[in-house]
Amino acid sequence: MNAQTVIKICQEKGISLSDFALSQESEQDNISKTEILTRFGQMLSVMETAARTARETPIHSVSGLTGGDAYLYEQRRKKRSLLGSTASKAVACALSCSEVNASMGRIVACPTAGSCGIVPAAVLSVQEEYDLPREAIVKGLICAGLVGQIIGEHACLAGAQGGCQAECGSASAMAAAAVVELLGGSPAQSFDAAAIAIKNSLGLVCDPVAGLVEIPCIKRNAGGVMNALTAADMALAGIVSRIPFDDTVDAMNRVGRQLPTALRETAAGGLATTKTGLELAETLKNR
Amino acid sequence: MPTPSLFDIMGPIMIGPSSSHTAGAARLGKMAYKLAGGDIKDVKMYLHGSFAATYRGHGTDKALLAGLLNLNPSDERLRHSFELAAKKGIHYEFIPTNLGENVHPNTVKFVITNSAGETHEITGSSIGGGQVVISDIDGMEVNFTGERPILVTHHKDEPGVISNITFILYEMGINIGNMRVSRSREDHTAHMYIEMDSLTGGDLTAAIRNIPGMLWVKLLLPIDETSGDASRKDSI
Ligand code: SF4
Repeated sequence: MNAQTVIKICQEKGISLSDFALSQESEQDNISKTEILTRFGQMLSVMETAARTARETPIHSVSGLTGGDAYLYEQRRKKRSLLGSTASKAVACALSCSEVNASMGRIVACPTAGSCGIVPAAVLSVQEEYDLPREAIVKGLICAGLVGQIIGEHACLAGAQGGCQAECGSASAMAAAAVVELLGGSPAQSFDAAAIAIKNSLGLVCDPVAGLVEIPCIKRNAGGVMNALTAADMALAGIVSRIPFDDTVDAMNRVGRQLPTALRETAAGGLATTKTGLELAETLKNR
Repeated sequence: MPTPSLFDIMGPIMIGPSSSHTAGAARLGKMAYKLAGGDIKDVKMYLHGSFAATYRGHGTDKALLAGLLNLNPSDERLRHSFELAAKKGIHYEFIPTNLGENVHPNTVKFVITNSAGETHEITGSSIGGGQVVISDIDGMEVNFTGERPILVTHHKDEPGVISNITFILYEMGINIGNMRVSRSREDHTAHMYIEMDSLTGGDLTAAIRNIPGMLWVKLLLPIDETSGDASRKDSI
């Protein structure tokens, strides 16, 4: 399956990307559409809680390395923010989900635990701004899943394999496509948004300090959702990605393979081996 | 790679921070609990590779223990597993070690003593995305993923018992994916582990229990990812 064929099928049948994904999943895995919608509804509930929890109370990670940032940011954005209400809400939600993850709270891997804040933050902030019904958001999550399916087939979704572009980059692409569909954009526009999001995260390395899903992961979720919203906003304006989605996935796949092992979740390069990164890792060892 | 399913991309619902080091670890603990049988009195967990290096920061220790308490990978009580285990009077220990050259980096070996006084050694690895493989049970090489049902029997080590079991599976239309037998010379009994592709409607355990020479039988079902509690007592 690739984006080009999916767009064509959707155009011919006059259906949305989420309709397409729903039918395909139902046929291939022999599971009813209602069952799929129910399971995505459960995921949405978990996302809603995760996106709220760390904004309301400061929470800290198991290692003690990170925490409290979603709360700090929420305090500021309630008064004022450079970003405006939708984008600042998205940043706050992304931080919250990621902090909940680092504190051993409950999240939805989408596509991974490390990148679990991006898709929820995008759809929930847009939901609030446009007052969209819950069913629409569930469909948005399915649309995000479809984009991930195509990336998974032609590249990969694990930092250990393809670097952070595969985790946070993919999540941004998934979120961007979902937001475009939620706001009435066409399937082609969804994939333009996804392509732009991938282009903006190509080459992103996976370099977690002490090998833990915290630094830089938490803030990369905030950056990732901004990338998604920017890409979606451009696509909704009619801006086209000169390099089509399928090609960006191919590029991501090749770039991932060219990344040295040190930059693929081994904590042997990038931020993990900076002076501070190494010091933080050392303090954890001696605890 | 073939197209992954929607649910491979979105989900699982899990306790963070890491699908391999936390969710997978909880799954391994739960499979070990089921395979060891009975309540656990004492457990030593030998951690290898990345498990040994990062287990505290990823909560791998809490997740393993939570699994051994029969909690699911998405259960929020997971982070309190030390307290829960202490309340139950379970003695536990984490021992970073080296299990060998060609062992998967996220591997744990459980040495479990249950309330019946039996000791079992179970080794398994978390192979990514929350998926796991149990590779060794009491020195017997296996390959169990916990995604398919497993039948465990303890029976007299005499001719005909195993063929009776496989005949029942055949009659019920159940396909065997992986099967292992370990014999104990002292008491002339044997344990058998059968991983099946899927179950059919009939009462499999009742039928097998009636086989002459059968001491006990149990059926371990795949883990239910979404339920946050341990109410489904029979799942792995
Ligand atoms: S830096 Fe690595 S561990 Fe962190 S979110 Fe990115 S891919 Fe995941």
